[in-house]
Amino acid sequence: MPPPDFMMPMPVKVMQRRQELATTWTLDVETGPDELAAFTPGQFNMLYVFGVGEIPVSFSGDPAGRDRHCFTVRAVGPVSRALTELPIAASLGKRGPYGTGWPLAAAEGADLALIAGGLGLAPLRPVLYHVLRYRQRYGRITLLYGTRSPSDILFRDELDGWRRRQDLEVRVTVDHAGSEWPGQVGVVPALVPTLGFDASNTVAFLCGPEVMMRLTASALLDAGLAPAGIYLSMERNMKCALGHCGHCQFGGVFVCKDGPVLPYPRLRGLLSLQEL
Amino acid sequence: MKDIAQLVGEHPFFQGLDPSFCQLVCGCARNVRFEPGEYLFHEGGDADQLYLIRHGRVALEIAVPGKWSLSFQTLQDGDLVGVSWAVPPYHWAYDARAIELTRAIAVDARCLRQKCDADPALGYEVLQRLLPILISRLQATRLQILDVYGDRDQ
Ligand SMILES: Cc1cc2nc3c(=O)[nH]c(=O)nc-3n(C[C@H](O)[C@H](O)[C@H](O)COP(=O)(O)OP(=O)(O)OC[C@H]3O[C@@H](n4cnc5c(N)ncnc54)[C@H](O)[C@@H]3O)c2cc1C
Ligand code: FES
Repeated sequence: MPPPDFMMPMPVKVMQRRQELATTWTLDVETGPDELAAFTPGQFNMLYVFGVGEIPVSFSGDPAGRDRHCFTVRAVGPVSRALTELPIAASLGKRGPYGTGWPLAAAEGADLALIAGGLGLAPLRPVLYHVLRYRQRYGRITLLYGTRSPSDILFRDELDGWRRRQDLEVRVTVDHAGSEWPGQVGVVPALVPTLGFDASNTVAFLCGPEVMMRLTASALLDAGLAPAGIYLSMERNMKCALGHCGHCQFGGVFVCKDGPVLPYPRLRGLLSLQEL
Repeated sequence: MKDIAQLVGEHPFFQGLDPSFCQLVCGCARNVRFEPGEYLFHEGGDADQLYLIRHGRVALEIAVPGKWSLSFQTLQDGDLVGVSWAVPPYHWAYDARAIELTRAIAVDARCLRQKCDADPALGYEVLQRLLPILISRLQATRLQILDVYGDRDQ
């Protein structure tokens, strides 16, 4: 049996809330007991809105911060909407952290291609905080971020700050834009060949809608990256988040326990299946 | 300063082209520059040039009359602007606007088409270089239609 803490939602309070986009909010939430404060970038918590329901949400804040956890939530249905509507000081239930994180230690010494689509930038933001804090441990770092339109760009101010750094290459692209947009328009997989990375020494972290990740992984393979050097963060509906109920099963993979971050070879063949 | 033969030979679209073919292409090519905001061409116009970007950025746009222009792709250094010059009736299907100072090689499409007709080996070379671009644009369009960043149910 896992320790009871991992089964029981811990009541915590909303400390701060920020609107990021029309339907996307970041909540700063109390961490709860000290032993549950630490997380690895890529992991998630189960967040419970009392009387509504519980959903998995990835950590989107700084893994070195110990006083709060950040969650960036897009309102798509009942629970996520209720989360984005929680006022400051409201209580919610929280359990975890769960799941595998991005292989940051294994990637030391390599070049990193961080590729995010839409809200997928949120689970990758802790990676950016980490690699920029320990910048000397990594080679060239590229962030390629694609989203729907300029008004859907998440963490815009932070992206601008990262873009100004000399030690990080930031590329932002949108699927379509008005004529006032001075930046890049085009889909993420089409930009992969223009990244100019050293395929023999690059590890890629992908997070975004599944179709985007699938086609981006193909583009990375076409560019010469080894399958084992590509990691994807998967999403499946979850109940227990402990590998017990089978709700999140994806072929032979339990996304809650074996994932959400998984190496491409474990997903190959599953990604293009219509329904599992 | 580099001459046009060098510029054409170095551009990714024509890189590795047989020197005799390159000479034929160069006979149709000249250097051009566009200021930010200047249009390379407009939808419906005769597709009588193709542009190979050397430096800069160009937005491909569809105009919605009286409202706004929607940019669906930007092209930059090393890219080819425009494909309608290759297929009849040779009319542009969208607008192309420089959004930065853009230096390009303009190739007279009529001249190139004539040379390709006269020498099918050159025509085949040009088509072989054009087809991957067409396919990658088709795939990009497919992804845009899927609107992957929208709600799953949409
Ligand atoms: C490991 C993991 C980490 C996650 N991290 C985050 C996160 O950081 N932020 C966040 O906002 N969400 C995150 N999610 C997704 C979130 O858990 C789901 O969106 C959840 O199902 C929403 O529950 P709901 O009750 O609000 O809507 P549901 O009733 O589950 O869904 C409502 C409708 O929205 C659609 N939908 C569900 N999820 C999505 C989605 N992700 N994108 C687009 N449409 C969707 C469904 O098809 C459904 O029709 C994560 C999921 C997993 C598995
Ligand atoms: S959510 Fe229960 S097994 Fe993964």
